[in-house]
Amino acid sequence: MVNQLQQLGRAGLERLQSLGRAGTFLVGSVGWGGPGSAGFRDLITQIYSIGVRSLSIILVAGFFVGMVLGLQGYTILSDFGSEAALGTMVSLTLLRELGPVMTALLFAGRAGSALTAEIGLMKATEQLSAMEMMGVDPLKRVITPRIWGGFIAMPILALLFSLVGIWGGAYVGIQMLGVDEGAYWGNMQASVEFYDDVIKGLIKSLVFGLVVTWIAVYQGYDSIPTSEGISKATTQTVVVASLSVLGLDFVLTAIMLGGV
Amino acid sequence: MRTRFLELSVGAFIVMGVIALVMMALRVSGISAQGAGETYKIQAYFENLGGLTERAKVSMSGVTIGRVTGIELDTEDYVAVVEMEIYKSVDTLTTDTSAAILTAGLLGEKYIGLTVGADDEYLQEGDVIEDTQSALVLEELIGQFLFSQAEE
Repeated sequence: MVNQLQQLGRAGLERLQSLGRAGTFLVGSVGWGGPGSAGFRDLITQIYSIGVRSLSIILVAGFFVGMVLGLQGYTILSDFGSEAALGTMVSLTLLRELGPVMTALLFAGRAGSALTAEIGLMKATEQLSAMEMMGVDPLKRVITPRIWGGFIAMPILALLFSLVGIWGGAYVGIQMLGVDEGAYWGNMQASVEFYDDVIKGLIKSLVFGLVVTWIAVYQGYDSIPTSEGISKATTQTVVVASLSVLGLDFVLTAIMLGGV
Repeated sequence: MRTRFLELSVGAFIVMGVIALVMMALRVSGISAQGAGETYKIQAYFENLGGLTERAKVSMSGVTIGRVTGIELDTEDYVAVVEMEIYKSVDTLTTDTSAAILTAGLLGEKYIGLTVGADDEYLQEGDVIEDTQSALVLEELIGQFLFSQAEE
């Protein structure tokens, strides 16, 4: 009994210590330096491998999610005789929720796991220790450009996801189901507010971008430098990042809608 | 060559993001490029707005000719004051134009419908529409119906 209590306490303390390490890790790597502190060339390379390379999965997923929303929305709305509100439904769903959240989940799977594996392998092959030996701070040199890259790439990806999704919904609604084109775009424009919907969605994806990249690089940096440890860290990245995104999404939505 | 491709694709990626944001602003949220100089403001007093909101459409014969920009309560007469912007291109609304709060479809949103009168003079910036008709409130209608039934 006492043993179990001790184990529970130790597990709790370890979690707390890990959280503290993650916090000092973030401050140490990003600090208050701004994206310029990452070094221009490294930042470009990271935006390329994190953002540009994720483009295909984001665009294809966005188009299909939009198409499904168009189809589902049409079926529900036509029961109430208000198919004309399809554009409103698709665009608000994407801008407020699905755009930021789906992008963050896909991003965690596509870019987050790659980041963890890359940094974990750097640690296992002692590249990070070698940098320290040479007097180069691995936090600044390796971690900072990656966090800034994710922070910059995520909102762009989320915007593109929503935009492609709205086109997907328009394609299904207008071309296949025969919703009036003017009603689709007109009702959308009448009810979507630039600040309340577009900008607030963008703020969400900025937060998700920071959190997912932070978790990914931290898991890699903190991993046990064996092949088993790296595989565990990669799994951990996807699990922790996805759950954090979903949990944070509720908190952010509650703050933004001001209902709670 | 390799870094050139890298920089080009990252540049294109960021440009795509900016274009997407502009598309969101113009095509999806419908911020029009019209400046403030191209509209003029008129007011109307209503007894009951019944769910009219800011940014609601102002239309005439089904054509949108403006938007509601402000809703306030007149605390002296206890009526709602609706301020609306009408496009400058529609500057021939007669002073006896009437305004009614209508509903788009059965469950649709509320909008203001204007019907032109027969006067010679036109509404100017800051003028007030005298002839207004409030929104239909279902509870009031049912109340009136029950009341008239009880009288018979």
